[in-house]
Amino acid sequence: MSASLTLVVLMAIMYGTGVYVMLEKSLTRILIGFMLIGNATNLLIFLMSGRAGDAPIIGDGATGENTVDPVPQVLMLTAIVINFGVTAFILALIYRSWWLANLGDEGDDVTVDDEDVIDAEEAEVYHASLDEDDEAVRAQLAGAADNGDIDIESDIDNNHTERGAGR
Amino acid sequence: MILALLTFVGLAALTPWLTRLLRARVFYVVAALPAAVFVYTALQSATVLAGGVVTESVPWIPQLDIAFSFRMDTLAWLLALVVTGVGALVMVYCARYFSDTEPSLGRFAALLLAFAGTMFGLVTADDIYVMFMFWEITSVLSYLLIGHYTERKESRGAALQALLVTTFGGLAMLVGVVLLSVAGGSTSIHQLVTDPPGGAIVTVSVILILAGAFSKSALVPFHFWLPAAMAAPTPVSAYLHAAAMVKAGIYLVARFAPGFADTPGWMPVIVIVGASTMILGAWRSLRQNDLKLLLAYGTVSQLGFLIVVVGFGTRDAALAGATLLLSHALFKATLFLVVGIIDHDEGTRHLRQLTGLGRRRPVLAATALIAVASMSGIPPLLGYVAKESVFSAFIEAGSAGDGWGWVALVGTVVGSALTVAYSARFFWGAFARKPELETQASHEPGHESHASRGILAAPIILTIATIALGLSAGPLGRALESYADTVSGEGDYHLALWHGFEPALGLSALAIGAGSGLFAVRRRFARLQRALPPVVDASRVYWSIVHAVDRLAARITVFAQRGGLPQYLTTILLVFVLCLGVATTLNRTWPAAFVAWDYPAQVFIAAVMAAAAVMAARATHRLAAVLLVGATGFGMVALFAFHGAPDLALTQALVETVTIVVFVLVLRRLPRKIAQHNKPVRRWRRGMIGAAVGVTMGLIGLIALGARQAGGLGPELARLAVEEGHGQNVVNVMLVDIRAWDTMNELSVLVVVATGVASLLFVTGRNVVVPRLRESRGRRRGLERARLVDDPHTQNDAPDDRQHTWLLGGRTLAPDQRSLMIEVLVRLLFHPAILVSIYLLFAGHNAPGGGFAGGLLAGLALIARYLAGGRYELGETLPIGPGILLGSGMLIATGTALGSLFVGADILTSAYFEGDLPLIGQVSFGTSTIFDIGVYLVVIGVVLDVLRSLGGEVDRQQAEADDVPGVAEPLKAGSERA
Repeated sequence: MSASLTLVVLMAIMYGTGVYVMLEKSLTRILIGFMLIGNATNLLIFLMSGRAGDAPIIGDGATGENTVDPVPQVLMLTAIVINFGVTAFILALIYRSWWLANLGDEGDDVTVDDEDVIDAEEAEVYHASLDEDDEAVRAQLAGAADNGDIDIESDIDNNHTERGAGR
Repeated sequence: MILALLTFVGLAALTPWLTRLLRARVFYVVAALPAAVFVYTALQSATVLAGGVVTESVPWIPQLDIAFSFRMDTLAWLLALVVTGVGALVMVYCARYFSDTEPSLGRFAALLLAFAGTMFGLVTADDIYVMFMFWEITSVLSYLLIGHYTERKESRGAALQALLVTTFGGLAMLVGVVLLSVAGGSTSIHQLVTDPPGGAIVTVSVILILAGAFSKSALVPFHFWLPAAMAAPTPVSAYLHAAAMVKAGIYLVARFAPGFADTPGWMPVIVIVGASTMILGAWRSLRQNDLKLLLAYGTVSQLGFLIVVVGFGTRDAALAGATLLLSHALFKATLFLVVGIIDHDEGTRHLRQLTGLGRRRPVLAATALIAVASMSGIPPLLGYVAKESVFSAFIEAGSAGDGWGWVALVGTVVGSALTVAYSARFFWGAFARKPELETQASHEPGHESHASRGILAAPIILTIATIALGLSAGPLGRALESYADTVSGEGDYHLALWHGFEPALGLSALAIGAGSGLFAVRRRFARLQRALPPVVDASRVYWSIVHAVDRLAARITVFAQRGGLPQYLTTILLVFVLCLGVATTLNRTWPAAFVAWDYPAQVFIAAVMAAAAVMAARATHRLAAVLLVGATGFGMVALFAFHGAPDLALTQALVETVTIVVFVLVLRRLPRKIAQHNKPVRRWRRGMIGAAVGVTMGLIGLIALGARQAGGLGPELARLAVEEGHGQNVVNVMLVDIRAWDTMNELSVLVVVATGVASLLFVTGRNVVVPRLRESRGRRRGLERARLVDDPHTQNDAPDDRQHTWLLGGRTLAPDQRSLMIEVLVRLLFHPAILVSIYLLFAGHNAPGGGFAGGLLAGLALIARYLAGGRYELGETLPIGPGILLGSGMLIATGTALGSLFVGADILTSAYFEGDLPLIGQVSFGTSTIFDIGVYLVVIGVVLDVLRSLGGEVDRQQAEADDVPGVAEPLKAGSERA
């Protein structure tokens, strides 16, 4: 199948710019990147319908020879509407985060900064409770076994005498 | 058997509820079920012992040849009797062991019952995958049962440890099971064992299965979880860790030994692991002061013993193994139950704190004594019979020239001597008078109370079985021989109490003598034990592995999740570029022909779009960026229109318009400039990544084009559209008919998105009532409309009764935000727009249009009303909530889909009505059109929801924030006028 280089290049440019914008911290820019990438993806699917031709509407003078493949169009039609839905959702997110966080003129940054980064030690704390459980098991077993029963009697005798002395 | 299993499931599900009524007495109820299954199994004895089998099978996954097939032969029969019999007794014991106030009693009872059922399934299953399924369920149930005291740390830790170790083994076993069933070409265990496949793969699979069995049966090096699991309530220890779960591994080895004992590696692994476990467990057991731990290590030791015997693979050893398995289940469960009673009544199970119990509790002591004697192998008890047969089997094998027979014999004799020693120490520790403790024993509990006599029932019954089966060794042996005979090879040993003066008898006496001697010099022996350097501690290894995994997980998490969306995206994109980029270089299917453009205008459009995209990326003002992105969107419209995609062009144009409006609605509140936090260095990096992704995507597009060899489905779809879908617009027919499933899913996505948007915006709960003007309800509406219109700019000075308007909601706006021109235009265009949208909806089947385009146009008309008249105008225009639109649209679409089911057709099958109507002419109306109406309504609902949230609600919040009376209080304004 032959390709129209113009469309391929356009798609590449839109992907590139979309990714470039999306990698920023501002949610608005992420949304703009999302929209650019969305359009680029639609273009990618669209490319697959091949060269330009007649609309896939029967009886429109279309002989069927030169008709465009309708399958990519169907996929895209739903994609376009879903894109709108997701865009609206991200917009609502932007507004909500801005409104609730009372960011004012700060805008809508994704506010995870370097100081928020958790380090390894902190992360290990999350496992601490597990370690405590293990430790308890170990203590339980060790406490019962460690001294064996050598001199069980003499140990008891010792206790006995200590106690007696205490009295 | 299947019926029994289903009953287990059902009763276990009911148990928590029953427990609420009966409290601890519920155990009597649940015990009835394993008891009934015990009786059922016993009734099969005649069949099974005559060499027959009882089978049941229900297909499950025929494609994989997996079925719920069950097969009761002698081995399964023996195990089934043990797990149900001991299970029923332990449950009866539980009724006395637990008080009515025990927390989470219902859960415990249900789990214990479910466990009994699972064990029954495990030992009777014939399908190897079904058996594995039961195997894993026992792991999970044992996790829950060991962790019964959820508030205790050691209980949780032990439960997790047992789960990790046994599921690790289980995973290894699964691999083995798959390998074996594929190599053997069957999923039936019986088939695999009677006709064992050979080869290296089978060796590997058998070793893996053994690993699973060893982890389950707590053999070295997996033995450490069993002592830790003693944190469980004692009935659990008695049942799971003596009679049932740990026996699963033994059972599996016993099951496979007839077919696979001659697999390379089997014998050394079995004998070395088994004998070392036996000695190590007994050695450790001698060091314990906690009676329960002493028994736990003793169990480890006995499990090692069992594995050597059942895995040995001769006919005599198999007979001995089956006997030993039975005798161990009986005496070890008894001993655990006895420890439970001691712990329960005396408040301790520490042998340094118990003294004189034998005198005070003679019945208990006698029960324990018999069990201990059986464990030590003292005649005429079952344990003695079993041990005799074991030694004879090994001597037989050894003298027949099998070196492993001698190794096994030496190992088990040493182990037996140690067993005698710890058995004696157990009894001494629990019941003996220790004069040096007498004065300390301040608490002197009373003699056996009535309650504690009731709790003795279970251990006494088990002990009676130990004696009775020992005395009837002959008949028992004949019963078990039908399993032993499945092992190939010579052998004519029969169980009996007296075989005459044989070497085995001498070895038994030797073990008893040596063990007693060890017990006599226990103080000196303990000193020796302490002096010896500790053996490598497997549990320490386990703990360090678990700890290392935890730490590694933490490290990786911290490394990968550094925080910040851009970093994650960067990682994802880099992986994408690297993987797919490398793949593109390997490609050989480039397009056959390139053309620079399809038509000259394409270049122009593309250039504009590319420029808009680049500028959008660089724009610092929000609005500018949005408009530039919009420009690329409208560029798409042009491309579609020129390319033969009118539907796409129409939809994209409408969507693009709606998007820009919605964007502006939100952006009017946000700061104009986009905050700039990125450092210049990052910009280069971003540019590089963007370029790399763009190039990769371009290459992928080219490759995809080149890879496409066959022509499209166009002609076929066109035929389908006309013949089946009765429409000429192929795209629309596909949406509502051929690929209607897809569309329906898409509709649900839209509904979710709309709901999500609304829930993000309506912070304090969604208003059910659509905001409307007060005076609009009723007849006055018409009158208001009829009045003349003044220039809104003059109203500021003269608010009077002569206020007339084109849009009712317009009055609620601040005068400086109104525009008469727009109000008039909107008023005049709204209804035609709605008409056109309905036309698009119905025409879509044959011409560009359809539910999506129609719905979007109607939404756009609503947007216009809102923009001109504010949020109250929206309520006036469409006085129903978006939820109703979304819901009814979804209902219509799904109703159409399901409707075809009622006439016996497949889901989403469409039907058509065609005929001539006067005036309109030929009409074709189908169910797919009704489906499209659903689409139409959902799309309007989405737009309306977005508008109410991002428009109306944002307005309201703004008004609240600004506290502008004219905007915030339309009702007040209305009432003033009234």
